[in-house]
Formats: sequence, C-alpha cells, structure tokens
Amino acid sequence: MSRTESWGRYPRVRQRTVELHRRENLLAAGDGSWLPHGNGRSYGDVCLNDGGTVLHTAGLDRFIAFDPATGVLRCESGVQLHEILALTVPQGWFLSVTPGTRFVTVGGAIANDVHGKNHHVAGSFGDHLRAFELLRSDGTRLHCTSSENTDWFAASIGGLGLTGLVTWAELQLRRIASPLIAAQSIKFGRLDEFFALSGASDRDFEYTVSWIDCAARGKSLGRGIFLRGNHAPAGAGAARAPTHSPGLPFTPPISLVNSLSVRAFNLLYWHRQRQTMRRSVGHYAPFFYPLDGIAHWNRMYGPRGFLQYQCVVPPADAADALLELLDQISASGNGSFLAVLKQFGNRSAPGLLSFPRPGTTLALDFPNDNGPVFALLDRLDAVVSAAGGAVYPAKDARMSGAHFRQYFPRHEAFIPYIDPRFSSSFWRRVMES
Amino acid sequence: MMQNILIIGATSAIAEACARRYAHAGARLFLAGRDHTRLRAIADDLRVRGAAQVESGICDVDDDQAQEAVIAQAFAIMSRVDIVLIAHGTLPDQARCESDVTYALQHFHTNATATIALLTRLAQRLQTQGSGTLAAISSVAGDRGRASNALYGSAKAAVDACLSGLRQRLHRHGVNVLTIKPGFVDTPMTHAFRKGLLWAKPDTIARGIERAIAHRRSVVYSPWFWWPIMQAIRHIPEFVFRRVSL
Repeated sequence: MSRTESWGRYPRVRQRTVELHRRENLLAAGDGSWLPHGNGRSYGDVCLNDGGTVLHTAGLDRFIAFDPATGVLRCESGVQLHEILALTVPQGWFLSVTPGTRFVTVGGAIANDVHGKNHHVAGSFGDHLRAFELLRSDGTRLHCTSSENTDWFAASIGGLGLTGLVTWAELQLRRIASPLIAAQSIKFGRLDEFFALSGASDRDFEYTVSWIDCAARGKSLGRGIFLRGNHAPAGAGAARAPTHSPGLPFTPPISLVNSLSVRAFNLLYWHRQRQTMRRSVGHYAPFFYPLDGIAHWNRMYGPRGFLQYQCVVPPADAADALLELLDQISASGNGSFLAVLKQFGNRSAPGLLSFPRPGTTLALDFPNDNGPVFALLDRLDAVVSAAGGAVYPAKDARMSGAHFRQYFPRHEAFIPYIDPRFSSSFWRRVMES
Repeated sequence: MMQNILIIGATSAIAEACARRYAHAGARLFLAGRDHTRLRAIADDLRVRGAAQVESGICDVDDDQAQEAVIAQAFAIMSRVDIVLIAHGTLPDQARCESDVTYALQHFHTNATATIALLTRLAQRLQTQGSGTLAAISSVAGDRGRASNALYGSAKAAVDACLSGLRQRLHRHGVNVLTIKPGFVDTPMTHAFRKGLLWAKPDTIARGIERAIAHRRSVVYSPWFWWPIMQAIRHIPEFVFRRVSL
C-alpha cells in the first residue's frame, strides 16, 4: 500500500499498484478490488481505489498498427495522446477529439469519454473509437465495436474503468494539412454575447471555447474571451513546438491561488488583449494544451490540492443557470483561476455514462480550503440539479450520490456491466451514499 | 545511412526502449528473445514507430545451439550488422543463491557464461566484417562484489572482464566494444523494489546507450551519476568495506 493522488491531489488514498506490461496476460492482482489507472490525470477519485489495487497501464504502451492512408490507429491502452500526436502529426493525422491535456492515456480517454473544443462538430472521444478489447477479471476477452458486443461498447465508453480492462483500442484519426491552428480570440462583455458568438462560430469553426472572468462583479460579470480556430491549410508555414517551461519543481507550503492572485490573474488575462479581435496562426500545442507546458502545474494549489468542477446545463435555461452559478462563485469570493465555458453540440454521446450532452458546460477550479469551497460546490450542484444538468465525474471528488444518480439516469442500466472484481473510490462514494 | 541492429534479449525493458529509438530513426532490426507473442507485439510497435524492417527469432540464450542459429539467421537477413546489443539477464534472489548452489549457478550461467558465449560468437563475426559496435548491458553491480547481490555482481564482473579484453582485441579491426553499466532501473525485473531518487526509467538508459554507441565510447555509466558513486564504492578499503552493508 502506498499513498497515491490524482491530478487534483485530493483526496489522498492508500492503494496497492500492480504494473501491467503485457496485453496478452490475464489479470492477477491479488485480493481486494481492482481499477485500471492510466496516467492519473483525472482530477478527483475516478482513478483512485482506496484500500484496493490499481492496475497501472503505463507499461501497455505499444502501438499495434497505423495506416497512414486511412488514419486508423490501433494501440495498447496505456499509450498517451502525446505519443500518438508525435507519431501521426508528421504524417498528416490528428486526434479526432482531444481533451485539454495530451498527457492522458487512450484507456483513460475512453473510460471518461473525454471531449474537447470540437464537441459541437465531432462529439466525444468515444464517437471515433472503432473497436477495443475488454479483458474481464475472469479472463474473458470481448471484442467490442459499434456492431459487435454493442452493449459492452456503450457501457465501457465513459464507464469509468469499471467494466474491465481495455487492453487495446482502435481510433479513427482526422486528416490535417498542417500542424498549425489558425485562431481568433474575441473579447466579449456579457454572457449573451458569448451565446451569440458561439451560435455564429459553430458552423465555420471546428474548435470553440471561451475563457470567462469569474472574479468580475457587477456589470463586468460575464465578460470573457472567445477562442475559435481551425486546422490551418497546407502551406500555412512551419512552427516549432514550444519548449516546456521547468514547471513547479516542488509543492509550495501554501496555495499560490487565493482571492488576491485570482483577481489579479483574471484582470491581467482580460487586459492582456487590447483589441476586440486578435488573429494568430501557431503550433497546435499551445492552442489545445496551454497548461501542458508547465510541468506539475497542479502543485500551485499547495499541499491540500484543489477541486475541479465541470458542469453542463441544458440549453433551455442555460443563460439563467450560468448567471446564477457565476453569481454564487463571485459572491463567495472564491473565484476560479481559470474558468472555461463551451457550448456543447446538440448530440447524444455514445456511452451509457458519458458526460457530454446538449447545453453549455462550465469548468472551474478552486483551491481546497477544507471547508467553505465544499459548501460553495454544493450550492452550485443545487443550481445544476434544478436546471436538469450534470457534473463531470472525471473532475469530481465530492458530488453526492443522490446528485450523481440524478445526473446519470442510465446508471441502473450500467450496473450489470461492472466487472465483479472492479471498483473505485468514486463509484463507492456515489453509489453507497 | 540505414543502421542494421541485432538485439538479443529484445523483450527486456531497456532493450525495448533502445529499439524504439532506433526504430524512430528508421533502422532495420532483428530481435532475438524467448517469447514469440512478446516479440511479435514489440515488432509491431517498432514498425509503427518507423523501423524500415523488423524480423525476429526465438532464442533462449541458455541454449548453445539456439544462440548459433539465431545469430546466423540475423547475419543472413541483414548481411551487415552495425550494432549488436546484448540485453538479456535475470536478477537472482541473493538469499536463495547462498543456500541453493544449483540455483546460483543457473543464474550465473544465464548472466555470465551464456553472455560470454554470445560475445565470442559475435566478436568473431564482427571481426570478419571489420566494422560495427558490440554493446552489452552489464551493471554497476559488477564493479565490486557486495553482500546484497554477490552472485549477480560476480556474473557482471565476468562479463566486464570479457568485454574489456574483446575491446582491445577488436579495436584494430574497426569494431567498438561498449560496456553499459546501468544503475537502478525501473523495469519488470526490479518490480519488487521500493523506488527512490536513484532510480531511472528505461528510456533514460536507452538515451545514454544510443549516445554512447554513436560516440564509440568504451564504458558508459547510466545515468552518469553512477560513475562517481561507483568510483567511491570501489575505493573504499576492504577493511572498511567488509563492515558496511551495501
């Protein structure tokens, strides 16, 4: 047993780690419950198994096949997205869907059915999954596709690693003509401008996302910067991948994120861009993965870690619900360092427990203060729940079981697919409370 | 120029990390190992990563005839071999080595005798060819016998002496002989150990090996900080050394 943490560094648990190296082996990880664990980039406790064992997939990192003519890639589940990009971008292929960090494994991306800035046109990660193999604790291997073992396919996409171990997966990549992204960033003053910009951009831009100043109050409330972009056409020029900054070599004794630094950072971010619209053409990395360049940025929140909160509210009263959420945050004085807003597409996700659904999603992070922030997040849950929305398990460490079951009404249909040997801290928390 | 590379013990973690680097550079590889399924998984991966060609052969290094056969097969396919990397090995349980002579000698055989047999065969071929690098993974453990891994250390010391002799012999034939001395490496072979600051990832070692081969070095400690550590350990006088536990 050793202490392990997820990316939010809260909660801390004690669990055993078993390293997996060979996809052809059966699972043999001893007593207690098991849970696959990729690169530990989910924020809360979906990747943790307190008192049990995690099956670490870092050693399942082999490619199996790649066809540069069709963009179909087959690899083991511990391969990280940055390794895929390093292989395929020079050959003209990009991930069909990528989350905001490339340091996640393929298995983790499936288990959380991750989404990205192109949800409105491309859906989630599971939408581009052609096939995978699911290895159960009893040794059964299920070949799952959208036409074979379809129920297992739907249960395992977004299935939080509970249905068994995904040993390998086959992804459909998308063609690109250049590693560059042609981007525009546009300032907006109010939330209704955000909705107007989203509506106007969704057709012509593959990627849209927005930063919102959640430290702003009064008439500044709802201001932000809308970012939209497309893969650049061929001949857009060359750009070097940015070099990584040294990051945080150790954890500062207290959180560097507090109401003062949040206010200052958000103010700076707002004023950094003077003109209303700025255009740029640059390497894909800073566009998709702005925080990947800072190693261990999660340490910035000090020893207690931080809490992410990502919710989605349905389109009908998205504007009202968002204003109420922003009001609650602003009134608490507990502003989020980075708040991200995005309009999801009007489509249903492939997994039984997939998070993306029509509506507007808001992502926030707060330092863990062991108290008031939990009360604030409960108040946010009350708003989200009343609006008929949902909270993203991959980022959660504290939502109530009642809320989870309301947010994911298909959890009952999911339960029969859980491997009897598998469990997680998250699952026990939301199903046993 | 495309490099032709033969790796023996190709399913070991350090060997696989090296193979990925050479595959990325477009090399042609021949992998020798015991496990067919495993070799195939690694070969598929190396092809995707850019290897010009990957072939493999089954070989248990403890089997003398299998050694000869697989080497002949590799040289037949590649005609010229630029780099040979010998990477097989076992990590015996020292406590058992102290009470079970058969067990101890069996591991000595795999880590020393079988390696010397391979080196002898390969040295002959590279000398005839008049070019190439013969690299073998030894260990810092070979630098001085220690109570905690005396059997493993003595096998590596035997390999070290053999490599040193071959280096002198082959130098004038244009063949470089490289002794690779990794410290603690986080691999399946060492999964039972608690990992600390001194532990390195296989890819870190592979980077050191690739560079040492390219620069035609004689001995490389990897990571580099093991050189001063082992210098210090080697120079502790015996009357002090026998009292410390390392």
